[in-house]
Amino acid sequence: MFTVKESRFLPMPFHSLLLFVVWLLLNNTMAFGHILLALFFGWSIPKLVSILKHGHPTIKRPWLTVRYFFMVMKDIITANIEVALMVLGPLKKLQPGFAAIPLDITSDLGVTLLASTISLTPGTVSAEISEDRKWLYVHALHLDNADELIAQVKQRYEIPLKEILGC
Amino acid sequence: MATWLEGLIALVLIIGGVFLLIGSIGLVRLPDLYTRLHGPTKATTLGMAGLLLASSVVSSITQGSISVHEWLITLFLLITAPVSANMIAKTAMHHDLTPWKRTKGQELVDPASRQAPPSDHHSVKDGKLP
Repeated sequence: MFTVKESRFLPMPFHSLLLFVVWLLLNNTMAFGHILLALFFGWSIPKLVSILKHGHPTIKRPWLTVRYFFMVMKDIITANIEVALMVLGPLKKLQPGFAAIPLDITSDLGVTLLASTISLTPGTVSAEISEDRKWLYVHALHLDNADELIAQVKQRYEIPLKEILGC
Repeated sequence: MATWLEGLIALVLIIGGVFLLIGSIGLVRLPDLYTRLHGPTKATTLGMAGLLLASSVVSSITQGSISVHEWLITLFLLITAPVSANMIAKTAMHHDLTPWKRTKGQELVDPASRQAPPSDHHSVKDGKLP
């Protein structure tokens, strides 16, 4: 969706626009000086970092992204309440554990998004990924059944992410 | 400012503060580094979101224009918190930090620190390879 022909003056036009908007929002202003500064940052920062870029991430289904965002927000709130109850509850009941989640998703962006979502949501933190990008190691604060956790992550997060990124 | 609005803001501030406090209690109470990581990544993001939401509402009303940079701070927190938690967990694994003795699946720490696939994981035995 965001594949635009590469230009040397503006190597990442989408990111330039994003930086411009974010700078103005962060400063809560529309003053002329800040607009100039935002234009400068929007031009110079993408130019500096464009050598680090490899491949264009593509978003195939933008509307699913919105749905995914709200689902993750809801899950963050429930995960917060769950973790809060576990922290305050008796430690004797706590059963932490490690699990290895087999990954079907392949793109860099997809794996990053999945790992971050896992860290933010259901009582799990992603810890390490295997070199062949096929296994994601996670630590769960309370692990009843590793297979259940794996099935839940795949069903709830990986399948929608794969649909969004089309890979 | 209307009283009901002040009450609402106070409520949001208290909820945010309680979550931040619980996150910190977690840091003290939980038994090992891996479990302690869960406090800052989860309780703290919601706590901060609560405080920033209240701040956004207050400054929007007092300044008369919508204040959005609190939302940006929340967004940045959401993006950076999992990354830092991931780096800490990664470092702990590479230093072969022993998890709490009750932790399940401890055999996975070794392949994980070598970034190898889990050769003796139960899912493999169940024939559920991707």
